Amino acid sequence: MPTYTLNTPLTDADIDSLRAGDVVLLNGIIYSGRDAAHKKLMELLDAGKPLPFDLKGASIYYVGPSPAPPGRPIGSAGPTTSYRMDAYAPRLHALGLKATIGKGKRSDEVKAAMREHKAVYFGATGGAGALLSKCITASKVIAFDELGPEAIREMTVKDFPLLVINDAVGGELYAKPKLDD
Amino acid sequence: MREIKAADITAAVAQMCMSANTKLPADVRRKFEEGYKNETTEAGREIFRQLLENADLSADTKLPLCQDCGLAIFYVELGEDVFVPGGLNKAITEGMVAGYKDGFLRKSSCDPLSRKNTGDNTPAIIHIDFVPGDRLKISYMAKGGGSENMSRVTMLSPSQGWEGIKKFVVSRVAEAGPNPCPPTILGIGIGGTFEQAPKIAKKALLRKLDDVHPDPKVAAMEAELLTAVNKLGIGPMGLGGSYTCLAVKIALAPCHIASLPLAVNVQCHSARHEEVEF
Repeated sequence: MPTYTLNTPLTDADIDSLRAGDVVLLNGIIYSGRDAAHKKLMELLDAGKPLPFDLKGASIYYVGPSPAPPGRPIGSAGPTTSYRMDAYAPRLHALGLKATIGKGKRSDEVKAAMREHKAVYFGATGGAGALLSKCITASKVIAFDELGPEAIREMTVKDFPLLVINDAVGGELYAKPKLDD
Repeated sequence: MREIKAADITAAVAQMCMSANTKLPADVRRKFEEGYKNETTEAGREIFRQLLENADLSADTKLPLCQDCGLAIFYVELGEDVFVPGGLNKAITEGMVAGYKDGFLRKSSCDPLSRKNTGDNTPAIIHIDFVPGDRLKISYMAKGGGSENMSRVTMLSPSQGWEGIKKFVVSRVAEAGPNPCPPTILGIGIGGTFEQAPKIAKKALLRKLDDVHPDPKVAAMEAELLTAVNKLGIGPMGLGGSYTCLAVKIALAPCHIASLPLAVNVQCHSARHEEVEF
């Protein structure tokens, strides 16, 4: 499998180079956000207010980390299931979001938005939260602190290991279940 | 009457919550090692490699195995001759709260409508069965949301029988695909009532992965379902392979002559549970 080392923010050229199945080691800044934070982002957009981070070229990691113990930048930090954010992702891709990171299937609407706006969906290994936290070198809450684990965090990642699940040209990595009928 | 001190229960439950979230059960680990050796796809073997490394790291650092430390589920077998001054529910709940706080475990419980986090992972979800005698057994399970969301309860018609059960379970696993963090473990509750089927399904997830059901007929049903779901080829994290499911555990209960309740409780590969006895 081809392996790419990429830096955030991601560009159209980065996205063009990726195909489903590629391994990516991501470096730079990514933003955490899951259910409740996405709902609040939509409320900000509806009200015409600025978002807490620049969406252009941004990567959102669907994660709600466990609390950081003393001496560590973050607790366990593996991906949560992505389909719950399908309702929000197309709008964010239209505004410049280049990548989402999670686990599990995406809707046809999200896949269409990724094709239209040049974006990808990365899979991280679910249930490997301790291991993945090793690649997060810094983390700070930048919005919605009251949401606790669901707050938006700016995270610095080093060689964060990802798989391209959906690319921007309609490719998908997940195995189709083999049903008899 | 045997008196058990609430403080002893609280301390044991706190310890159990912290330990279970950082120590992968030995039977689950053995399955990962088997998968790392035998999985047919390279991507699947790589997932098992990462999960073994994650388990080692979690044991060393006490970072939780998974950031989703779950809602805290307790199955309690309470001897009818046991008395807990101050209350058993309170003792368990206080232990859970202390364990989640001191172990830096994630608090994942919220109001269903406002979505406001309760802040301390309360309530503990406690199922109590009364048993004869003066012993107390408390089993704890950290139940994550991703796999719970892929679980289902259905009320089949008695005419659908075993074939209907099999079809429902296989299509549930197929539809869930990569979402619940496969390879999963399936707790299957057959019979009982609308609320009883999922309760026994979840309790079945406390069994050891490699145990064999004492009823050979049920053991054969578990084996048949396991083969059927693994034929789907979903594989570890949905990347393809022969390890879609690690084990199927069936629990049965008598049901109404009009009904065939069926519950499929999906558990992720991070199958964290422990028990303590008094």
